[in-house]
Amino acid sequence: MNTEKKASEGQMIEFIDVHKWFGEFHVLQGINLSVDKQERIVICGPSGSGKSTLIRCINRLEEHQRGRIVVDGIELINNTKNIEKIRAEVGMVFQHFNLFPHLTIVENLALGPIWVRKVPKKEAEEAAMYYLDKVHIPEQARKYPGQLSGGQQQRVAIARSLCMNPKVMLFDEPTSALDPEMIKEVLDVMIELAQEGMTMIVVTHEMGFARSVAHRVLFMDFGKIVEGNTPEEFFKNPQHERTRLFLSQILH
Amino acid sequence: MEQAVQVKELRPPITHIGVIGWVKNNLFNGVFNSILTIVTLFLLWKVVPPFFRWALIDSAWHTTGQACRQAAGACWSIISMNYRFILFGFYPYEEQWRPLLAMLILFGLLFYSRDRSHWKKPLAYAWIIGLFTMGLLMKGGIFGLSSVESTQWGGLPLTLLLAVFGLTAAYPLGVILALGRRSQMHGVKALCILYIELIRGVPLISLLFMSSIIFPLFLPEGVTFNKILRAQVAIILFTSAYIAEVVRGGLQGMSRGQYEAAESIGLNYYLTMRLVILPQALKIVIPPTVSQLISAFKDTSLVVIIALFDLLKTTQSVLSNPEWMGFSREAYVFVAILYFLGCFSMSNYSRKLEKELSRGD
Ligand SMILES: Nc1ncnc2c1ncn2[C@@H]1O[C@H](COP(=O)(O)OP(=O)(O)OP(=O)(O)O)[C@@H](O)[C@H]1O
Ligand SMILES: [Mg+2]
Repeated sequence: MNTEKKASEGQMIEFIDVHKWFGEFHVLQGINLSVDKQERIVICGPSGSGKSTLIRCINRLEEHQRGRIVVDGIELINNTKNIEKIRAEVGMVFQHFNLFPHLTIVENLALGPIWVRKVPKKEAEEAAMYYLDKVHIPEQARKYPGQLSGGQQQRVAIARSLCMNPKVMLFDEPTSALDPEMIKEVLDVMIELAQEGMTMIVVTHEMGFARSVAHRVLFMDFGKIVEGNTPEEFFKNPQHERTRLFLSQILH
Repeated sequence: MEQAVQVKELRPPITHIGVIGWVKNNLFNGVFNSILTIVTLFLLWKVVPPFFRWALIDSAWHTTGQACRQAAGACWSIISMNYRFILFGFYPYEEQWRPLLAMLILFGLLFYSRDRSHWKKPLAYAWIIGLFTMGLLMKGGIFGLSSVESTQWGGLPLTLLLAVFGLTAAYPLGVILALGRRSQMHGVKALCILYIELIRGVPLISLLFMSSIIFPLFLPEGVTFNKILRAQVAIILFTSAYIAEVVRGGLQGMSRGQYEAAESIGLNYYLTMRLVILPQALKIVIPPTVSQLISAFKDTSLVVIIALFDLLKTTQSVLSNPEWMGFSREAYVFVAILYFLGCFSMSNYSRKLEKELSRGD
């Protein structure tokens, strides 16, 4: 599927020499990255290499300290209105789902549209049902998150982001907290999303997913993007020693 | 073809069910428990029958103080002969229907508010109108009601006034303080910490003294503040600091993921708190919050030290009357029962609320 030519309609996200420190620790060391509209990117790399930090900078869950980040033409600056605007355009799916346990599934989904987009409640719940249908769990609408399996919860989390009509979706290891038998159901939903042309940045070690869905696979180590290539090239001809080592470790 | 399988219905042995089973399992399962049971039964036997004899059989219910002294048991006459003063203090005798009606309105509103499905706009209006009516009834001065100065208010209405307003104002203030203490804004944070630590560093009594004696010294000549209002403010300030710390505990229990999820769908700080964080955090801390509220309710009795005639003080005044001197046991049992009813309904309600809110778990 990634063989089809992606429709390049311009840039969605741009990182220009982005640096970030946690105290003394230099976690992002000059990131340059440009993501086109409808492009799908998979980021992999060893633990602690800064993958999560990188994508969390896109919706300002982390603040970068040097360089520029531009999302859909809006530069991320220290301005609350600006940040809220970008957050409403960027969907994020977390490793641990982070559903709101005190709300039903429908309420989880409709919360953002109602309060951020000011959609009437009834309309928001209809939209919520539409997206629940898309992630194949309309029958769970009235339950609470705690009553669902991990795979179901993660699909709800994806639907919750979709309800905001995001222009780009970020995934931070969406399947690594799941039991093996539930991974597929979540990946399937993500593949369907890809087929609809969603711009996606996915941090994952599911290399099968990367092979079939990604336009580009990036390898990060020590706060830098070491290399990035099409999946075929990336897996066949890794350019760097560290990439080769990493691949040999995760591909059994 | 289907084969009907006959299973003989098995019932547990008789010694495991029913009253006998329960007694055996709960009271006599083991030597130690059996001894405890027997000792407890013995103590109950020693205490309960004499108490009942004192309270109900040998007691005097509606007599003069003199007659009471002849009785071997309790002298409930101290209550029945003085209940109007105990309940209403120095409120003019003919007008005491007014505080009574005000209290009935309050109880009615509280009772109606028990049900969470009633928590809608009309209820808020009902409370506003109700509070206004109660104030009007107590104070008078219009609609042909004679004016009654707040210095004459006393007894149960005063206690309820201090408690209901004190608690309902202290709770939101405490939540705001807790949020302020966790704020990113250093000025706000420092102020909240200073406030909380200062207030927690002094006993309520000294706050009451300050509000009633020291505070007026700073006012210009001729300006006075209502004494009840000052006590009320002291109680609110005091209670809110403790509520703030309890709520802060609940906020700390929230995972970072909840904040991040709320922020990532574009909710701002205010909405994140209101829709995602506080509903969960406040629910976690219902039990300690209610403990705080209960103890604040009981602490309203400390206003006696600034010469307000709350329920406890009116009771004590009756005891200082020579006719009724010496019947403090009965009087305090009565007051204790009233306080218990208040506290018990609070904790009962909190349990109901917790159960209703735990659907999601
Ligand atoms: N809030 C923080 N404060 C201090 N250090 C942090 C913070 N968050 C992350 N780090 C550190 O920054 C480094 C990069 O973290 P990050 O979560 O981006 O790594 P990662 O590539 O996503 O790793 P993993 O595969 O384990 O999720 C780690 O060494 C981590 O300890
Ligand atoms: Mg990570």
